[in-house]
Amino acid sequence: MASKKRSILLAAMCLALLAAGCAKGENEGGTKGGSGDSGGKVTINFMHLWPEGVSAGQNKIVNQIINDYQNEHSNITIKQQVLDNEQYKNKLKVLSSSNELPDVGVTWAAGFLQPYVEGNLFMPLDELLGGELKDKFVAGTTEAYAIDGKTYALPLEFNIAPIYYNKAIFEKYDLKAPQTYEELKAVIKTLSENDIAPIALGNKDRWTGSLWYMYLADRIAGQQTLADAISGSGSFQDEGLVQAAREMQSLVDSNAFIKGFNGLSNEEGKAEFLNGKAAMYLMGTWELPNFTTNDDIPKEFRDNVGFFKFPTVEGGKGDINSWVGGPGVGLFVAQNSEVQQEAKAFVEYFVNKWGEQSVTGAGVIPATKVDTSSLGLPPLYIDLFTEMNKASSVTLFADVQMAASAAETHLNMIQALFEKAVTPEEFSEKHSQAVADSK
Amino acid sequence: MDKVMSNKGIIALYVLPALLVVLTIIYIPIALTAYYGLNKWNGIGQPSFIGLDNYTKLLGDAAFWGSAWHSLLLAVFSTLSLLLYLAVAMVLASKIRGANLFRKIYLIPMLLSSIAIAQLWLRMYHPTNGIVNTLLETLGFSDPPAWLSEPKLVLFALFVPILWQYAGFYILIYYAAIKNIPAQMEEAAKIDGASSLQIAWKIKLPLIMEVVKVTVVLAVVGSLKYFDLIYVMTDGGPFGSSEVMASYMYKIAFRTFDFGYGSAISFFLLIICLAATWVIRRFTATKDPIEYS
Repeated sequence: MASKKRSILLAAMCLALLAAGCAKGENEGGTKGGSGDSGGKVTINFMHLWPEGVSAGQNKIVNQIINDYQNEHSNITIKQQVLDNEQYKNKLKVLSSSNELPDVGVTWAAGFLQPYVEGNLFMPLDELLGGELKDKFVAGTTEAYAIDGKTYALPLEFNIAPIYYNKAIFEKYDLKAPQTYEELKAVIKTLSENDIAPIALGNKDRWTGSLWYMYLADRIAGQQTLADAISGSGSFQDEGLVQAAREMQSLVDSNAFIKGFNGLSNEEGKAEFLNGKAAMYLMGTWELPNFTTNDDIPKEFRDNVGFFKFPTVEGGKGDINSWVGGPGVGLFVAQNSEVQQEAKAFVEYFVNKWGEQSVTGAGVIPATKVDTSSLGLPPLYIDLFTEMNKASSVTLFADVQMAASAAETHLNMIQALFEKAVTPEEFSEKHSQAVADSK
Repeated sequence: MDKVMSNKGIIALYVLPALLVVLTIIYIPIALTAYYGLNKWNGIGQPSFIGLDNYTKLLGDAAFWGSAWHSLLLAVFSTLSLLLYLAVAMVLASKIRGANLFRKIYLIPMLLSSIAIAQLWLRMYHPTNGIVNTLLETLGFSDPPAWLSEPKLVLFALFVPILWQYAGFYILIYYAAIKNIPAQMEEAAKIDGASSLQIAWKIKLPLIMEVVKVTVVLAVVGSLKYFDLIYVMTDGGPFGSSEVMASYMYKIAFRTFDFGYGSAISFFLLIICLAATWVIRRFTATKDPIEYS
C-alpha cells in the first residue's frame, strides 16, 4: 500500500547505516593506534544505553565515573557511545555479527546473554569477583550472568517485585494490606463490589502478567519447583504449577484486573494505578522513583503508596520472603578487545562507584550492597532494602531466564491463560514442550 | 538531444547509479534472505546450512498459517473497501459543492505517520476512557467490549484504522483518473439522455478500469505485507489473534533470534506477494482496452 513511502524510509535507513558504518571505522582507527604497549595511551570504547534525555540521572553518574577514572589514570581515555534501549539492542547484534563489539558494553542476563557467550564474544569476568568486588554483590545477582559456571558480566541493577497499593483507597474501604491469599481475595472482592478496579495490569507486554503467574507458582508449588520447571530440570506439569495456573484464572474471573488488560501496555496499565483508578499494582522496584521522588507525579499520590509482599497461599509450599525479580543490566568485556586488562579494571571501578551513587543519583537499586543508613533515602526505599536483605530466594523473571523461543511461547501462553483461551493443563503442556524444544 | 540519448555509453551512465542502488539495497538483500532461509542462524554466530528444513517447518507451522489467514482477510477487506473509495471519488469528481474541501479531509490521514495514527486509535479504543466506548455507553450500551483485547474482535478493530489510513490515497488516485476523462464524453452522454448512474457505470468506470486494476494489486499486496499499525497497536496479540505474516516474521527473527526461519518466512511472503500480483493481473487482463473516441 505505501510501498513508495516505505522505500524512501528504507533508503534513508541505508544512508543512516552507511553513516554509522563510517563513524565506526574512525573509532576503530583510534583504538588500534592507541592500544599496545602498557605505558602508552589507551582508549577504551564503552557503549551504553543511558542517553542524557531519557535517563538523565544515569547519564550524569556515568560521566562522573568516567571523568574520575580518567583523572586517576592519565593514560586512559574512555570513549562513550550512547544509544537508547531498543537501538542499543539492535546495534549490539549488528556489531557482534561483524565481530566489532565495543571493549566494554551493557548486556542483560541469562537468555539474552546466552547466544553471545556461545558465539564466544564475551570474556569471563570471574577473577574480578575475587578481587575488590568480593562479597560486594547481593546474593543471587551475579548468578544470573553465569553460564556453565563462568560469569560473563557484572550486574549494575537489582530489582524485586512487590505489590504496591494505594493507601487512600484501602483506608476508604477499611481494608488492610493482605498477608494471605484469602485476604487478598477478600480485598479484591470488596474493591470490585465498590466499582474500584482492584489491580492495574497492562498485559499487552505479557511479562507483566507473567509476574502474577510466577508468584502464584512460587507460593503454591514452591520456589524450587518453579525454578526447576523454568530451567528444564523439572516440569511445568507439576501438580502445584497446574494449580497455580488454575488459581490465576479464578483470579481473572473475580474481576481482579482492570478492563481490557490484555490490550493495554504496561504504561497504560500503570497509568490506571497512578491516577488512582486502580488500587494495586505488581511491578519491579525500578518504579520506586515514581512513588517517591518523581515530581511529575502528584505528591498526595506518592505519599499514599505502600507495598506488601505477595501473600502466602494456604497449604502452599512457598515462603513469603521469596521474591520474583532479578538483576537488570550488567557490564561485559568483549572477548576480542585489544585492551582487555584495562577494560576489566575499568569495569571493576565502574561497578564499585555505580553502587555508591546509583540510588541517590538515579533511583536505581544497584546489585552491590548499599549502606542505607548514610544515604537519607525515602522510607519506601529503606523498607524494600530491608526486605531484600531478608529475601530467602529471588527467582529471575521467567522470560529473561528462558531461551528466547521458549520465552515467546511462555509470554503468549500467559495472555491466553488470562483470557481463558487455554486450560491450565494445556498451558502447562505447552510450557513443557517449549522448554524441552529450546534445549 | 537525440544524439546524446542514442549513445549507449550515456544511457549506461544515466541508468547505472539508480540500478546500482536498487541492486544493493533491494535485490541483493532479497537473494541473501533466500540464502539465510536455508540456514540455521541466531543472528550472532555463524550460519549453518540446513537445506530446506525451514521451509518444511513453515508448511506445518499453524501459527504462520493463522497469520496468513489474517493477512488474507485484510486483503479481502481492503479490496472491498476500494468500491467505497471509488464511489466517493465519483461523487467528489461530479462538481459538487465543497468537493475540494472533502478531498483534503479524506487525504489528511495519509499525511500522518503510522505511529501517530496508532497512538490516536489506541486512545480511541481505550476500554474505559476511550471515545469509542464512552460514546457507546452514552448511547446506552452497558459494558462495551475492550476492542483490542477480545481475541474475536481485535483483528476487525484493527482493520478500521488500517483502511481509514489509506482511504485518501485511493480516493485521490480515482479522483485524478476520473478528472482525466475528457469532458465531451460526459456531455455527449448527457445529450443522449444518460442518467448520472449510467454515466458512472457505463462511461467513467470502463475508462478508468486500468487504474482500478492497479489499485487492486496495490491493495492486495500492501495488505499481505502489512505491518505498521498491528505492530504498534497490539503487537499481534493477544496470543496471536491479530498476527499477520509480517509481524510474525518480525517476532521470529527479532524476538526469538531465529533469523534463519525468519528469513524463510519473509522470502515465502515475497513469493506469495508475487503470486498474488500475477494472479490478479492474469484474471483482470483484457485483450483490447476500451476506448471511446
